Amino acid sequence: MPVQIEIISPEKVLVSREVDMAVLPGMEGDIAAMPERAPMMLLLRGGIVALYEGETVTDRYFVGGGFADITPTRCTVLADKAVPVSEISIDNATAQLEALSEAWDQADKTDTTRLSVLQDQIQAVRAEIEAGSSAG
Amino acid sequence: MASLKELRARIGSIKSTRKITSAMKMVAAAKLRRAQASAEAARPYAAAMRRMLGELAAATKGEDGAPRLLAGTGQDKVHLLVPLTSDRGLCGGFNSNVHRLTVQTIRRLQSEGKTVKLLPVGRRAFNFFSRDYADLIIDKVVGVSGKEVPFSAASNLGEKINALLEAGEIDVCTLVFNKFKNAMTQVPTCQQLVPMVMDEADEKPAAASNDVALYEFEPDEGTLLEMLLPRNLQVQIYASLLETAAGENGARMTAMDNATRNAGRSIDSLSQVYNRTRQTNITNELIEIISGAQAV
Repeated sequence: MPVQIEIISPEKVLVSREVDMAVLPGMEGDIAAMPERAPMMLLLRGGIVALYEGETVTDRYFVGGGFADITPTRCTVLADKAVPVSEISIDNATAQLEALSEAWDQADKTDTTRLSVLQDQIQAVRAEIEAGSSAG
Repeated sequence: MASLKELRARIGSIKSTRKITSAMKMVAAAKLRRAQASAEAARPYAAAMRRMLGELAAATKGEDGAPRLLAGTGQDKVHLLVPLTSDRGLCGGFNSNVHRLTVQTIRRLQSEGKTVKLLPVGRRAFNFFSRDYADLIIDKVVGVSGKEVPFSAASNLGEKINALLEAGEIDVCTLVFNKFKNAMTQVPTCQQLVPMVMDEADEKPAAASNDVALYEFEPDEGTLLEMLLPRNLQVQIYASLLETAAGENGARMTAMDNATRNAGRSIDSLSQVYNRTRQTNITNELIEIISGAQAV
């Protein structure tokens, strides 16, 4: 019995179909959404959502953080940003990383909330570059 | 009476105006279709977000220290109004409707002794409010509407509002924008963002289903809620920005359609005057020639 996966970015629905398993990049470690899994809400870090049919990965999407809502029959990923891995632009991501590093250098080091936000963003962009280069 | 030459020039200029307005109408119609499509595409995200938020809110119900975005600051003194308008004019009463509603709200709040702050979005709103309410404006956002609305515009605005709220500078935040009904009608609306207003309909399914208690949360509910609320704010703003974009193009399309039709009407009446004047001139000349010939 498959599970219905939906990857939704603020602009549009990227994927809506049935897969056997989806591995999500949870904030505290990867989690697989499979049929009959206990319902769960998950905070995502920047990383790859891998869709499995049987034992093979059929599609890989990069998500830049977000949330996932997992139920026994359905898995909804609300991504801040989502792109198929094959369409990642490494140049853009590298430029973004540079801008973020600069922001990091200039940031007030006592402002911990700002720093942790920046850290998450930098981590997400690094994951994007890594994902892009592994695909290309 | 105007001379033939003057009339010809006027007809010519109205003809070129008509060309411009009808071209603008076509452009607005094409943009409207695109704006409507992107508003449509953004709906599933908002719906899923609302569902998750409903479940989370139900799970965290009764806990102390609810985030400010959900519960507000507990006060009702400083109101932030965010009028959303376009950057360009020539779209009928689209912008002035928002202005009027905002001004009414400002007056009402001020008469109740509340402090009002303004964060106009769109060049039209900024220009309008700089005239009478310049001291209320704390920030502005321009250059958003017109083209495709990027989500980053909404998230920046959301972060600004969130920062103001966290700093305790505002207690209540309300959006004033045109709700898109159809291409002809946009309804100016106030929508309160902070503290959050949960619709009855949103809470019901969460309360009715028994799954709520079974949910696992990673990390815990509080942290998730804290992450989800700013996102929800941004999504609501994004939805309103998209409605504004669609409404602007709808209003412009209608306004330009009217303008094109008006131009056609004035061309008709001017052409009639032109023809009549020309005929009069010819008759006059004939009379002169004939009477001249008779006199000889």
